[in-house]
Amino acid sequence: MLSVHHLSCARGDRTLFSGVSFSLAEREWLHVKGSNGAGKTTLLRALVGLAPQQEGEITWRGEVAPSDNFRRELLYLGHHAAVKEELTPLENLRLAASVDGLALSEREALAALIRMGLRGREALPVRVLSAGQKRRVLLARLLTRPAKIWVMDEAFNALDAAAVQLLGELVLAHLDNGGLAVLTSHQPLPVSGGRELVL
Amino acid sequence: MNAVWAMARRDLLLALRRKSEVLTALFFFVIVCSLFPLGIGPEPALLRKIAPGVLWVAALLATLLGLPRMFAADHQDGTLEQMALSPSPLGLLVAGKILAHWLVSGLPLVLLAPVLGIQFDLAPDALGVLVLALLLGTPLLSLIGAIGAALTLGVRGGGVLLALLVLPLYVPALIFGAGAVEAHIAGLAFAGHFSLLGAMLAVALFFAPWATTAALRIALES
Repeated sequence: MLSVHHLSCARGDRTLFSGVSFSLAEREWLHVKGSNGAGKTTLLRALVGLAPQQEGEITWRGEVAPSDNFRRELLYLGHHAAVKEELTPLENLRLAASVDGLALSEREALAALIRMGLRGREALPVRVLSAGQKRRVLLARLLTRPAKIWVMDEAFNALDAAAVQLLGELVLAHLDNGGLAVLTSHQPLPVSGGRELVL
Repeated sequence: MNAVWAMARRDLLLALRRKSEVLTALFFFVIVCSLFPLGIGPEPALLRKIAPGVLWVAALLATLLGLPRMFAADHQDGTLEQMALSPSPLGLLVAGKILAHWLVSGLPLVLLAPVLGIQFDLAPDALGVLVLALLLGTPLLSLIGAIGAALTLGVRGGGVLLALLVLPLYVPALIFGAGAVEAHIAGLAFAGHFSLLGAMLAVALFFAPWATTAALRIALES
């Protein structure tokens, strides 16, 4: 479904990686590994179309990506919190959904936040939450935004053991539903059966 | 179109939570406009003569004050990335942000202008022309400013660069905006000035979101 052929990326004059190839089908996930500065984040950003690629080809359902169709089925969670500090978790979730053109009722948003362990925090400004809780607000989007492919950069950072476990369960459920995932992480992930790519 | 409203609503809510940023630019506008009558002294003829120019220059500078923040927060916290990857077209989301920017920092200037114009002894009908000219001109300032804000995004010392980039582009709006009021005071026809302002606004409405989107994509690549 997703196939990457001979991808090369550079930062300035320095080639970060070249000739990266892999393909993923439904229910498969890829664990991108590598030391700091190896280009994991750049690979993920190139994959979703945020960073320029030097060479190579990415295709999604047989069509050259990143395309509009690809973006519609993609959920990318990067390094950044991507939540607004002045707004409450509930507002963040609902406004993000409406910007994406999705209708999300208050009840659905609240259920997602409760699932992420943010019960009682939904009406506080995100500013007063801890780093891990901010991350959970972002991760709640996994529950509210339907997507076929999840691309997550260091998604397990700043999370406590329970949240790591929960995120692992979410990824597994996503794969069981026929989804795909590309993850980077330095720590062992609570998701088995993934393919590995070392940069 | 829903994407435009959704984005505008989000930015308006954010502006409501960060009132100080908005109020700073408005107070700046009020104070700059009030300094001129105080500094020049009570000579009604001279004040009437300089009023359109002073009010327009102050509006330009007040708009410029808030421009660097137009995309900076979204860029910093990663929301801009999410916007670029959203199923909604980035161009429409950018249009929504520009709309919110105008509602928050352009429209209040239009509403304040007649009050400040009284300090310059402008006649009521001249104040009317001033408000109409600003109503056509301030969206133009937001649209052109958005291109500059996107181009200087993530650049160190971007604020000064932004001023150098955007102020020359504001010159036509200034000439025809202030010119309309001056023409009216001099008893001449001002419809031509409005037509030109309107034409510039129409062109900017079409091109500015597109150019801003292109600049934002470049900023995201680095």
